[in-house]
Amino acid sequence: MLNSVSRDSARFSAKLAGLRGRYPAADPEMVAEVVREVLTTMRGDLTARETGLLAEVEELGRVITAARAEIAALQVDDITASHIPSATDELDAIVAHTAGATDIILEVCETLDTVAGGLSGGAAAALQDATTRIYEACSFQDITGQRITKIVATLKTIDAKIAHMIAAFGRRAQDGKAAPPMPPAVAAIPQDGSLRLHGPQLPASAMDQTDIDKLLASFD
Amino acid sequence: MSIDKSMNVLIVDDYRTMLRIIRNLLKQIEFQNVDEATDGAEALAKMRTGSYGLVISDWNMQPMTGLQLLQEVRADGKLKATPFIMITAESKVENVVAAKQAGVSNYIIKPFNAETLREKIEKVLGHA
Repeated sequence: MLNSVSRDSARFSAKLAGLRGRYPAADPEMVAEVVREVLTTMRGDLTARETGLLAEVEELGRVITAARAEIAALQVDDITASHIPSATDELDAIVAHTAGATDIILEVCETLDTVAGGLSGGAAAALQDATTRIYEACSFQDITGQRITKIVATLKTIDAKIAHMIAAFGRRAQDGKAAPPMPPAVAAIPQDGSLRLHGPQLPASAMDQTDIDKLLASFD
Repeated sequence: MSIDKSMNVLIVDDYRTMLRIIRNLLKQIEFQNVDEATDGAEALAKMRTGSYGLVISDWNMQPMTGLQLLQEVRADGKLKATPFIMITAESKVENVVAAKQAGVSNYIIKPFNAETLREKIEKVLGHA
């Protein structure tokens, strides 16, 4: 039954979308109301299955109306106009600040390396060991930047899908604009030919250097 | 096994902080002649006009990626024998396999440490 409702709902949505395309000035609620009125007059001629379907269509109409009201109450325009741009700006600021701090750390580290070059024995070795560890740690900036790029791409995808949802539920259609096609997910990481790049993985799901060495050795 | 540390090394990364880190780590293991490129196309142009004994490249760069650079190098008669180490955050099996099939000499996963870099360079140049 649920599958039937889902299929019928999809068909109903498609029909409404088609009507919007052909008659952009028409209010979908008005169309639905006319359909309801016509069907009401036909009720005596309908079979049990058709009557059931009619009830489902009416229920679907109520669901759509309620969803539109809920979306309006959510002030979704604020999400696309303010919240998401603000979030991406904050993330960009994090990248800029950490990059600035990393540059300073590296500059100081290079100075320490120069000092180490003028020393000898244990002091020089200890200082160079310390700077090596700092260089290693500073690579966090690259990994962090790649992770933030993924997050920004995800936010842009959400932004585009919300914009589409607003249009699909009629607000923009009422403004005379057709609903755009559902946008694809924004690619956080580019493709390399037919091969997808994934960026940094979470530690629990990533291969470490030992795993990669074993995999490479398996080709020998 | 003796490694010529006076050789020219080309490091390729679109992220200047990483170039700076790798350059300093190479300096600590006594490679003094280190050159830089910020994407595959620039690296390829430098390789075709210069002479490099080792390339250490990131993968995820635009417009030419590290994998595309590797494929170009291996397809070039004059460059194809150049040892090529990929340093990347791409740790999926399919990526490692693709790099190996393209002819990568070794593969280092980010974040990495100085010891791993030294070990892989010695292994690659020892076999070169």
